[in-house]
This record gives sequence, C-alpha cells and structure tokens, in this order.
Amino acid sequence: MMAKRISKRRKIIDKLVSSLALLSVIIAIIPLAGVLIFVASRGLSAINLDFFISLPKPPDEIGGGIGNAIQGTLILIGLASMIGIPIGVLSGIYLAEYGDNRFGSLVRFMADVLSGVPSIIMGLFAYIVIVLTTRSFSAISGGIALGIMMIPVITRTTEESVKLVPNSIREASMALGIRRWKTIVFIVLSTAKSGIITGIMLSIARIAGETAPLLFTAFGSDLWATGLNQPISALPLVIYKYAISPYANWQAQAWGAAFILVSMVLILNIGVRFIARGRYRK
Amino acid sequence: MSNPLFFIKKESKRMRKIITGDSIFKKMTLIFALLVLALAFMIFYDLYSRSQPAINEFGIDFLTGETWDPVHEIFGALPFIYGTVTSSIIALIIAVPISLGIAIYLSELAPRRLRSPLSFMVELLAAVPSVVYGLWGLFVMVPWIRDFLEPFLESTLGFLPFFQGPKFGIGMLAGGVILAIMIIPTISAVSREVMLAVPGTQREAAFALGATRWEVIKIAVLKYAMTGIFGAIILGLGRALGETMAVIMVIGNRPQISLSFFEPAYTMSGVIASEYIEATQEVYLSALIEIGLLLFIVTLMMNIFARLLVWRMMRMFRGAKE
Repeated sequence: MMAKRISKRRKIIDKLVSSLALLSVIIAIIPLAGVLIFVASRGLSAINLDFFISLPKPPDEIGGGIGNAIQGTLILIGLASMIGIPIGVLSGIYLAEYGDNRFGSLVRFMADVLSGVPSIIMGLFAYIVIVLTTRSFSAISGGIALGIMMIPVITRTTEESVKLVPNSIREASMALGIRRWKTIVFIVLSTAKSGIITGIMLSIARIAGETAPLLFTAFGSDLWATGLNQPISALPLVIYKYAISPYANWQAQAWGAAFILVSMVLILNIGVRFIARGRYRK
Repeated sequence: MSNPLFFIKKESKRMRKIITGDSIFKKMTLIFALLVLALAFMIFYDLYSRSQPAINEFGIDFLTGETWDPVHEIFGALPFIYGTVTSSIIALIIAVPISLGIAIYLSELAPRRLRSPLSFMVELLAAVPSVVYGLWGLFVMVPWIRDFLEPFLESTLGFLPFFQGPKFGIGMLAGGVILAIMIIPTISAVSREVMLAVPGTQREAAFALGATRWEVIKIAVLKYAMTGIFGAIILGLGRALGETMAVIMVIGNRPQISLSFFEPAYTMSGVIASEYIEATQEVYLSALIEIGLLLFIVTLMMNIFARLLVWRMMRMFRGAKE
C-alpha cells in the first residue's frame, strides 16, 4: 500500500518535470516567433523597390530608402572577411596540424575566451587604435572591428574540420612523396572545405548584425560610400537610428531594414545547416 | 658516378628542401596563431593606457562614486555598474530555469526526431541581431511590460521595494527581460552539451535500479554535469554583462541607483555607446574607456573561469569513456 502511494507520487513528479521542461522550450520559442512575425509583417509593408536602391530622406519627407546601408553592410562584411578569414583559417590550421602542445592549448583557449568578449569592447579597441590615430571615422576601422570578431569563430571551426580529415588521407599523400605543407594546402584543406566554409558563413552571420562596434568606427552616413577612409552606413546602424527616432516614418523604415537584415542572417544560418547536413550524411 | 654516396647526397639535399618548405609553412601558421594570442594583450594594453588619465584622477573612487557629471568633470561609475549587474541578475533569474528546462528536454526527454529541429530553433534565438531585439523590445515588449507585467508584479509582489513605483515599461525590468531572451540560447546550448557528455552507462545504471526518468536525470545526469552547467551559467552571465544595443533601447539610460525595477537605469556598455561622441575632453573619454576596461576584465575573467569549468568536466568524461 505504502509502496504504491510512493510510486504514484514519483510518477506524478516525473510527469510534472517532463511537462515543465517542454514548457521551457515553448517559452523560449515565443520571443523568437514574436520577433520573426513582427519583423516580417511590419517590415514587408515598409519595403518596395525604392527602399532598396535610394538614399535616406529627412523624416518629414515621404519615401527614401536604405540603399546605402545595404551597400555599406556588404562593404564592411567584405573588409572584415579580408582580415578574419586568412587569420582565422591559418591559425586554425596551426591548431589542428601542429597545435598538440601547451602553446596550442593556450591559443585554443584564448580563441574561445575572445569569442565571449563583448562586441562593444572590440569596437572601442578599433576606435582607440584607428579612429583616434587617423582622426576620422572610417569604413576601414569598422571592417577591422568586425574582422577581429570573426577570428575566433573561424579559428575554431577550421581547426575542428581539419581535424576531422582522416589521417589515412594525409599518409596516402605523403607516401606519394608530396610535402607536408602541400599535403595540407591542397589535400587536407580541400577535404575540409565545406566545414571551413560553414565556419566562415556562421561568422559572417554573427557580425552582419553587430551594431555596437560600428557606432565608434563606421559611424554611419546618409550618402553612398565614397571611400574606405570615410564614414559608412550599415543596416544595424540605420535600424538603431530610426528605431529611437520620434518619427513614425523612420520607425516604419527601421522595421523594413530589420526585415532585410534578419533575412540575410537567417539565410546564412539555414544555409550552414544544409551544408553541414550534407557533410554528415556522407 | 663512381662515388657511391652521390645518390644519397642528392637525396639529402632534397630532404633539406622539403624540410625548409614545411618549416616555413609551419612558422607562417604559427605567426597567425600568435596573433590570436596577441590580440587579447593588445586590447588590454590599449584600453589600459587610454584610461590612464581617469585612473590617475579618480583612483578607486571611480568605482564607488555615484555622481556622473561630465560638465563638472566628476565621474563615478557606480550607477552604471549597478545597472549592468542588476539587469544581468534579473536576466539570470529568468533565464537559468528556462535554459535548464530546455537542456533537459533536448538532451533527455524529447523524441529523437524533434531534438535536432528544436535545438536549431533555440540556436536561431542567438542568431537574431541584438539591435533587432532592441527594436522589437521597444515597440512590442515594452508596451506589454507596461500594460501587463508591471501591473501584475505590483499587485502580487508589490510589498517588495523592487516592484513599486511609476510604470513606464521602459526600465530595469525591460532590460533584464530582453537580456534573458538573449542569453537563453548560450546557457541552454552549453548545458545541453555537457549533459550529452555524461556517459550513457550512468543513466543505464540508474534506470536498472528502478528510477523514473526524472530521478535518472537528477541522480545520474544533473549531479555529474553540475560543474559544466555552472560554467554555462557563467558564460551566459558574461554575455549579459557586455550586451549593449538591445538593452540601450529599452532600459531608459538614466544614471541612477533605484531599488525599483520599474525605474529607468543605465548600463556600462550603454554609457560607452551613447556618450563617446560627446566626450571631447580627455578625462571624459578616458573615463568611458576605463568603464570599457572594467567590462573587458570582468568578462574576460568570467569567460576564463567558465571555459575552465566546462573543459575540465568534458575532459573528465572523455577519460571515463575510454
């Protein structure tokens, strides 16, 4: 009798905990769904062709677009990639191929730790090193701040995908008399390619929406980009500026810009998932 | 040709060439690996040297001063430290139970077919840019907090000083809630990872003793994964402390220390982001950079501590599996 009651209580607790766990998942998905629904519904109504290709207008005029912000974001991503990809990939190769020692562990650890440093600190760093010395906000400084943020992600994903390449492939190549560095560059890297590309796409998705580091560096602009040493606009900067403005016209455009930005980031994330799935199926 | 060693000599020359090419490549990758390491030191050095004027001027009072008055060049960072710490604690209180529930569900309870799409959805929460959360927070969440959450909290927990005062919607509470949404993916993803690392034999042993699923989770999984989960929570806290844009847009940005969560507040990252442009005097700018230095040191320490915990636990299980 006693045993039966206890076991009933245990079963109820078991059920209760299971449903609480499921409830947490649902609670977490509500804001995600909320953000996506609002961005889609309010964003789509602000978007037309003009929105993509024209320059911003003052708040009292109807129309205007964020063409220069889209251009600026693409330029900044390009600049950041020029810094982040080579450093990230090469340091990742070092960790995978030669990093089985204390120094390697230290670099690996530091890369993990750096990926947790707030983005505003990276912006402040680029501001001190570049903006204060050149005395001008610039696309370059924004690209550097974002590029630094790409490094840890690319380093670690490159390392992991290079490590996944079976040793037999390396041995086969070296048995044919191919030098180790050529083996790494032409054979190991091409085998690990999809993993490395995944890491690069993820890091781009991560920096595309960064705002805080750009405040100090790219600064924003209402014109088309004219040079890399000039301030430049970017989608997140426009969203911030328009969202906190008191003008309904600008606020509507903030949702439109958010729609474009979120679509970009989601496409990158979903793309990564498909590449990764293809790789594991093999 | 009469020299029998001729062949060997030629080969050894080739060998040397191979070795040189390899060592150049190795050194090149080494330099880039060093760069990653150097970056952390460069950030620290630059922030430290630029914040010298403020450090010399205010010393330790910088941390305890409650007045932030740029016009008279009096800089005390306490209101910002209070805002950052309090909003992050609110975020943890909300996010930790939810994240642990998610991690338990995704690693132990969910049907196999649902695990991967559900964890992808939780990961997507981390992919949404911070400024988009801010936009949504400002126009959707803040009105909801003003009209529903704050009246509800006041009527149920209104006897506490935290839930009294005028209800603006914008304020400490909104900052904490938006931070919670943003750190849930971090805490749940890392906790799930450490729970999955607990060897299956632990679970099987508990099941064999007649434990229910929850008892298995409690005895076999949570107990062993505790260190790693603690690490996951610290990682989430580190993220909350440094988050800038979403919080700036909903917390009200007023440098004050108020017990009420309904009142506006200001965070460390917030004051840097919104005031650097006005900071034309050297002391003002270096005071802002000193706040950045503090933030860097604190988040760096937390990340080092948390990563060590997670790493140690994972290594322990790898040892156990082998």
